[in-house]
Amino acid sequence: MAMTGVLRPGHAQIRVLDLEESVQWYTNVMGLQPMGRDAQGRAYFKTRNERDHHSIILRQADQAGLDFFGYKVLDKATLDDLEKKLQAFGVKTERIPAGDLLETGERVRFRIPTGHTLELYAEKKDVGNGMGYTDPEVDVLDGPGIRPIRMDHALIYGGDIDGNLKLFTEVLGFTLVERVKLEDGTTDLATWLTCSHKAHDIAMVRHAEDAKLHHVAFQMPSWESVLRAADIMSVNRVSIDIGPTRHGITQGTTIYFFDPSGNRLETFCGGYDHYPDMHPVTWSWEEVGRGIFYHDRKLNDAFLSVVT
Amino acid sequence: MAHHTITIEDTGESYRCADHRSVLEGMEALGKKGIPVGCRQGGCGVCKVQILEGQYSKRVMSRAHVSAEEEASGCVLSCRIKPTSDLRLHVVGAMKKNVCRPVSEAASVSTHPT
Repeated sequence: MAMTGVLRPGHAQIRVLDLEESVQWYTNVMGLQPMGRDAQGRAYFKTRNERDHHSIILRQADQAGLDFFGYKVLDKATLDDLEKKLQAFGVKTERIPAGDLLETGERVRFRIPTGHTLELYAEKKDVGNGMGYTDPEVDVLDGPGIRPIRMDHALIYGGDIDGNLKLFTEVLGFTLVERVKLEDGTTDLATWLTCSHKAHDIAMVRHAEDAKLHHVAFQMPSWESVLRAADIMSVNRVSIDIGPTRHGITQGTTIYFFDPSGNRLETFCGGYDHYPDMHPVTWSWEEVGRGIFYHDRKLNDAFLSVVT
Repeated sequence: MAHHTITIEDTGESYRCADHRSVLEGMEALGKKGIPVGCRQGGCGVCKVQILEGQYSKRVMSRAHVSAEEEASGCVLSCRIKPTSDLRLHVVGAMKKNVCRPVSEAASVSTHPT
């Protein structure tokens, strides 16, 4: 499929309890590149490989969690078109002026049925990945820190994931890739959706509380690099939730771990390519443990309980 | 490095915790149980305890789970406190698996902050 419409996750604004501690941690342990701070004091980061100005924004707050998650769309005409479609669908939208986020154009902000704040934007400054656009070298991404390839997706928790599914597929052009059913065999416990050919660009789990973050994920180049990330986490006494292991769902290899404010992050690798003609995969309630953690074949206590 | 004895009143469990470790981390490191373990970073709230006796140092913890009043009265996240004396505590936090309900049942369940 030609890639049009919503292209990819572009940024996540994460609340942190101690900004300076978090800036050090995202720089030295995650191995992200600091990309400056704005007048509000928010700290910006990108992975070395990302070309746009930033993908992670940290905001000092008195509680952890996700302020908003943003998707880049193809161009300004697409942004205008999607805003009209959202409004026609009954979704209230708000325009955030260009420059509110550093080096970022106008954003269309709206609330999804699970209570999360989502944004679409068409423009963010291309600062490049340091390799240039003519005769580039391969960036081997070595050096201190985990150094993921890109911010890749988020898993969000909230009540009305059915409403989310409708909004993402009918308005934003996402495709359902995988789902987990509850005991009744009909209600979705969780869904994995893509706007591209990735195995997921967003995932959501049904939860009694709205607007919760389960994790923001970073893509790694190999299973070996996921294991290297685990070593780096232990050297730095990072709080690990589970892993290294594999997901049955998406088939990606993974570590779930926590930033210094308790926001769960993921380093993952693999997964499969998805095309919109492909049949979604369904997991039954009886096999959800194997679906989430393929090697343990059971959920850990934290998966359904620990969110920010 | 000093060690202090942590006693979990609910279970009678006690363990020695080094003063450079959080009360939660000290429990986990010895394979002990009693306090629910979540993010270990002050964000998720599941390891909340009430300190009944003893002294500790503390770090910033999420106001979504611990109010300023609670913090002042010794109701804190055990991942964010380090013992400076022996401690006795009571477990307040819990793992709430409030996800896995069909829609019809979920509708009758009130939501509550965790």
